[in-house]
Amino acid sequence: MYAQLVETGVKRVKTLEEMSTEERAFQERIDAEIKIEPKNWMPDAYRQTLIRQISQHAHSEIVGMLPEGNWVTRAPTLKRKLQLMAKIQDEAGHGMYLYSAMETLGADRDEEIAKLHSGKAKYSSIFNYPTLNWADMGAVGWLVDGAAIVNQVILQRTSYGPYSRAMIRICKEESFHQRQGYEILLTMMRHGTQAQKDMVQDAINRLWWPALMMFGPSDADSPNSAQSMAWKIKRMSNDELRQRFIDQTVPQLEFLGCTAPDPDLKWNEERGHYDFGQINWQEFYDVLKGNGPCNHERIATRRKAIEDGAWVREAAVAHAAKRQQKQQAA
Amino acid sequence: MSEHKNDLIEYLLRLADNAMINGQRLCEWCGKAPALEEEMALMNVGLDLVGQARNWYEYAAELLNDGRDADQLAFRRDERAFRNLLLVEQPNGDYAVTTLKQFLFDAWHFHTLSALSHSSDARIAGIAAKGLKEVTYHLRRSSEWMERLGDGTEESHRRLAAAVDELWRFTHELQEADALEQRLADAGLAADAEAVAAAWRSTVAQVFNSATLSVPAPASYFYLSGKRGLHTEHLGILLAEMQFLQRAYPDATW
Repeated sequence: MYAQLVETGVKRVKTLEEMSTEERAFQERIDAEIKIEPKNWMPDAYRQTLIRQISQHAHSEIVGMLPEGNWVTRAPTLKRKLQLMAKIQDEAGHGMYLYSAMETLGADRDEEIAKLHSGKAKYSSIFNYPTLNWADMGAVGWLVDGAAIVNQVILQRTSYGPYSRAMIRICKEESFHQRQGYEILLTMMRHGTQAQKDMVQDAINRLWWPALMMFGPSDADSPNSAQSMAWKIKRMSNDELRQRFIDQTVPQLEFLGCTAPDPDLKWNEERGHYDFGQINWQEFYDVLKGNGPCNHERIATRRKAIEDGAWVREAAVAHAAKRQQKQQAA
Repeated sequence: MSEHKNDLIEYLLRLADNAMINGQRLCEWCGKAPALEEEMALMNVGLDLVGQARNWYEYAAELLNDGRDADQLAFRRDERAFRNLLLVEQPNGDYAVTTLKQFLFDAWHFHTLSALSHSSDARIAGIAAKGLKEVTYHLRRSSEWMERLGDGTEESHRRLAAAVDELWRFTHELQEADALEQRLADAGLAADAEAVAAAWRSTVAQVFNSATLSVPAPASYFYLSGKRGLHTEHLGILLAEMQFLQRAYPDATW
């Protein structure tokens, strides 16, 4: 979700009989639910898929600071400002944690970040939508972090040890953010003015579908899923996770006293799930390709930060070298 | 204490506004810092400062007892009522300007809170002692960055020296005590501004030396005074952004 479309480069999943001895031993370890650790042998495609997935996830945490950074200077009360600052700080920490997990696979942080800035690497489509009123801070916490949690709770059992452990740690903080986000909306709906209630509904109208898109293409259009599932990188399909998210979110939506911008959303007694309308997949692919509302601004901001900061990083390196020289001389 | 109540309110607002405006400037760095570690550190320091501002505002609001709460003090006063030092309202500039601004303030803040943690007012002493733990970290961090930039590359040294040229004039305010501060210091309530200034000069000299910078001559009298609500043109715009929601929706509950 924070990594919604990850190429495995594998066209067809091999059977055990087709595998080499090494591949078979690896697959059997996966099937026995034994975590893969950095020094273990792994197929190159498994390694590359994980690098792509974890880096996308890390990039999403970092780019995801920007829609919130847009409101941190305008947060309406001291309490809300402090909450938002703490959340942004957590996100920077999550990004760093995930880049470290990615580096255990032999990838380089700076190289992967350069891929993000050149448009070669992706990040979650959701962060290409603008935050247009304060209620967006609540809706992002509730819907976006909510969707992230549904995905990450499952990823706690992903087959690669460092990624799985990162998810366990990150999930705790995300759950906290989600509750805070919901509380922002609840406060505005219960104690707010009509203008504030309108903000909440407007935020939900704009972010509802983009949040559902966070789970990636529908299973019929996910050619990479079969291999990711066989490797147990993914543990549930995109559509299963999306359904789970909708089922748990609709009652929260009703409790707020708001509606979803989906006339087809209704409880299906027979299935025991909510039915919902068709996602606009054209919009999804457009955004993923770089043609969303804020793709240009998000990447431009991140690229500028790293370019403008080059002299600062160079100074830190030069100073560290000088210090080391002095210590050796002494 | 009651004879000093009005002085105390004014003094608490100075402390609160310093922390608040500095915290606000740090928020502007979100997503734009030179490294991820700095994203975290800047937001961390900002979070500490806004938290301290809230503590000071709450105490000021209690003493004021006019129906205003901490949020109203932060988000509903105009620039003529703000009491922060001119230094902290200056724009972020490049990382050298931000680093220097933060260091000059942290050094002053550290010595001020050290003194205030011995205030005869238990509430002030408590807030200061808690804040001092945070500010000790802030000062260590900004001192280290002063050294890295000052004694890093030619470019970083040049930029930091340029920042000194730009900001040094505002340090005059860190050096002067007005009558109000003197009255409170005499009563054992506030920090002795002369002693803070001396300690500040010593810290600055030490860190400038490690950063291979020379300490300029003491800044001379500057026509504006943040303490009296006479600000640079930067504060009004900062407040327009910071206070927008509270101003646009005065009846709202957030």
